[in-house]
Amino acid sequence: MIHFENVGKRYAEGGEALSGINLQLDVGEMAFLTGHSGAGKSTMLKLIGLIERASYGQVIINGKNFSKLGRRHIPYVRRDIGIIFQNHKLLNDRTVFDNVALPLVISGQPHRDIQRRVHASLDKVGLLDKERMLPLSLSGGEQQRVGIARAVVNKPPLLVADEPTGNLDPALSAEIMNLFAEFNQVGVTVLIASHDIDLITRMDKRVLVLDKGRLVDGAGEQGEVPQ
Amino acid sequence: MVRQATRRSPRRPATRITPSDSSSKRGASTGTVRRSRGKGWLRGYFKSHFQALFLSLGRVSRNPLSSLMTIAVIGIALALPAGLHVALKNVQGVSAGWEDTVQISLFLNQGIEVAEARRIVEKISAMPSIEAVVHVTPQQALGEFRQYSGFGDALEVLDENPLPNVLLVRPTKEASEPLLVEPLLHELRRLPSVEMAQLDMEWLKRLYAIMAIGERGVLVLAVLLALAVLLIVGNTIRLAIQNRRDEIEVQKLIGATDAFIQRPFLYSGLWQGVLGAVMAWLLVTLSLWLLHGPVQQLSLLYNSSFSLGSLEPVGVLVVLAAGGLLGLLGAWLAVGRHLRDIEPT
Repeated sequence: MIHFENVGKRYAEGGEALSGINLQLDVGEMAFLTGHSGAGKSTMLKLIGLIERASYGQVIINGKNFSKLGRRHIPYVRRDIGIIFQNHKLLNDRTVFDNVALPLVISGQPHRDIQRRVHASLDKVGLLDKERMLPLSLSGGEQQRVGIARAVVNKPPLLVADEPTGNLDPALSAEIMNLFAEFNQVGVTVLIASHDIDLITRMDKRVLVLDKGRLVDGAGEQGEVPQ
Repeated sequence: MVRQATRRSPRRPATRITPSDSSSKRGASTGTVRRSRGKGWLRGYFKSHFQALFLSLGRVSRNPLSSLMTIAVIGIALALPAGLHVALKNVQGVSAGWEDTVQISLFLNQGIEVAEARRIVEKISAMPSIEAVVHVTPQQALGEFRQYSGFGDALEVLDENPLPNVLLVRPTKEASEPLLVEPLLHELRRLPSVEMAQLDMEWLKRLYAIMAIGERGVLVLAVLLALAVLLIVGNTIRLAIQNRRDEIEVQKLIGATDAFIQRPFLYSGLWQGVLGAVMAWLLVTLSLWLLHGPVQQLSLLYNSSFSLGSLEPVGVLVVLAAGGLLGLLGAWLAVGRHLRDIEPT
């Protein structure tokens, strides 16, 4: 599902955010991406979400080689990747329902399908009773769950989350992580960037460790779960 | 395969495209799937346009004050050339009436007998381009002069009647065109025993020339103001794009195409243009209504049945179309320039 081949990212301001990354994450896997701030976690997620392009190497997600992808095709590729952001990136002037419905509206789904799938998605994250509320009237944890509902409403085969528990207390964090584990159980590939070591250890999944732009642990083929 | 499925269930194009089971297929062949969806795709296309149309109207109505300001500015900009056009049309309407009264005065040589003059009248009347000839004998002319000039007593001093035979020649309507009346004048001037032929229409020609300048001026003004409308709409849309920067970013992040994002902006440009045109029409109508009374009074004083004409239906359509087109174009220019700059980071 995620395949990195000797991938590097240099920024114009100087400095190499990522260098020589080799990585293989198979369909249905769940993994954590960890490392110090500035180790390159965000950059790696940006490469997966096509927010940035690699300076060299091949990024192949869901069978598509991103280095050969034209600008015109980016939107369609992004629809297959559910991204969850640390700062939620919700539209604060729209209701919870409208926020979650946005990916379906964008891909032109029929109205009654939208209604049904948004409700299913909100039900999954336990926010069905808040669909008419505006995001800013919700707590941080609830906003994060709206973000998750929006990411999964389109049923993408890949979920990517950037510090989804960044500002949450431990109980809420565990709840969110369990939610991701549930999606993983129904076959969705999940990659979560996090520096919450305690939580990651408890989840007992594959862990990718980045240090100064290099993947120092957790690379390798499927099944090779480092202990 | 996709095509067959479309035929079988043209009403439910999207049920086949549930991401979990067809995502691998979909991504690779998005373009072909979209194109071959046939009627369903077309319906989705119109639906999304319909949504954007009303979404943009909602946006316009949610900021009534700033929208109204923009619409008013567009309205005034469009009302100016439209109003001037109506004014010119009215002046042309008035002068068109005068064209019918083109008249050539033929002054015959001094001393020609009345009988001789009658023969000339018959000769001229027989010409195909002549509608009517009125013969004013020296006697009649003298009578008129005495009656209207107030110098009747002065004539007593003269031994004989100094006035010549005068023929008032009225060409047919077709021959009254400025281009045709000139040769006719020369022809009449060359007739024997004609001393002088005078066309009292020089001033009408000058009026036409002035009106031609006016028409050209309205055209130039219209082009300049169209440019202004383009800039106004472009600027409004640019601001709208900047205000919605975050929203555009989020939309791009979750897979919105450029077409999807720009659609509401294009439609709000269209709305602003069309509503501005409606405003222009109202302004012109209101102005004409205000002018109606005084103009009526003036035309009464001239014993004329002239009535102020308003913007004709075709004109209204032209203004509406121009407004819509300029709005759309302005929005398109702004969107093209500014939407690409916004990329998620």
